[in-house]
Amino acid sequence: MWVYEKKLQYPVKVSSCNPQLAKFLVEQYGGADGELAAALRYLNQRYTIPDKVVGLLNDIGTEEFAHLEMIAAMIYKLTKDATPDQLKQAGLADHYVNHGEALFYSNAAEVPFTATYIQAKGDPIADLYEDIAAEEKARATYQWIIDMSDDVDLNDSLRFLREREIVHSQRFREAVEILKEERDRKKVF
Amino acid sequence: MPKTLPKEYYSMLEEIQAIDFAITELNLYLDTHPEDQDAYKQLTELSEEKKKLLKPFEQKFGSIRADGIDDHWTWSKAPWPWQV
Ligand SMILES: [Fe+2]
Repeated sequence: MWVYEKKLQYPVKVSSCNPQLAKFLVEQYGGADGELAAALRYLNQRYTIPDKVVGLLNDIGTEEFAHLEMIAAMIYKLTKDATPDQLKQAGLADHYVNHGEALFYSNAAEVPFTATYIQAKGDPIADLYEDIAAEEKARATYQWIIDMSDDVDLNDSLRFLREREIVHSQRFREAVEILKEERDRKKVF
Repeated sequence: MPKTLPKEYYSMLEEIQAIDFAITELNLYLDTHPEDQDAYKQLTELSEEKKKLLKPFEQKFGSIRADGIDDHWTWSKAPWPWQV
C-alpha cells in the first residue's frame, strides 16, 4: 500500500505563465522515458526480481511517483493562467479541444502513453539493464528540456530531477553487481 | 485556491522537504548497502528529527498525512501541493 504526504518532494516554482514550456515537460509526464513509465516499470518488475533488490525497485518506483507529481505541478502552474489563444500559440490547440485545461498522459508530441514503453523480461539482469538505460534516457531528456527553458525557478527543480536520475542509475548499477555476486557465489558451491 | 500563505509556510515546509530528501537518499543507499550500520543510524536519527519538524508545521498549516494528529480535520482542505 501507499501513504500520501501532502507535499512535493522538492519545491516547484515557475517564473511566469509559459504553455510552450509545459508542452515540452509533458514528455516527462507520459512519454517513453517519463516518470509514469519509470514508476510503472519498476513497481511491476519487483514481483519477479530476486529478493535482494526488491526493496530498491520498490523504493525507486515509489519515488518516481513523487517526480510525476512534481512534473504535473510544473505543467499545471505553467498553464493555469493561459488563455485559449496563448495555448494555441504554444501548439496546444489540439490538446485543448480534447482535454480543456486538464493534464493528459501523453508525450510532448501528444502521442498517448502506452505500456509498450516499458518491459518486464522476467530476467533480472535484462530488467536492471533496462532500468539503468531508462534512468540515463530520463536524465538526458531533463537536460534537453533545461536547454530549451529560460525559466530560472523551474530549471532549479528540473536540475533536482536530473540529479535524481543519476542517483537511481547508480543504485541500479549496484543492484546488478549484487546479483552478479550472488550468481557467482552459487556457482562456487 | 487558498489566499496567499505566509513565508513561514514555505520555510517550514522546505525544512521538512530537506530532511525527507536526506531520508530518501539513505533509504536507497541502504537498499544496496544493507550492512552499513552508520548509514542506518543516521536514518533513524533523521526520522526522529522529522517528527519534531512535522508537529509545529501541522499545527499551523494542517496535516501532511491523513492520519496526522490535529485538533480538527484539516487533511482534505486546500492548499494541495501544486497550488502553493
Ligand atoms: Fe528515476
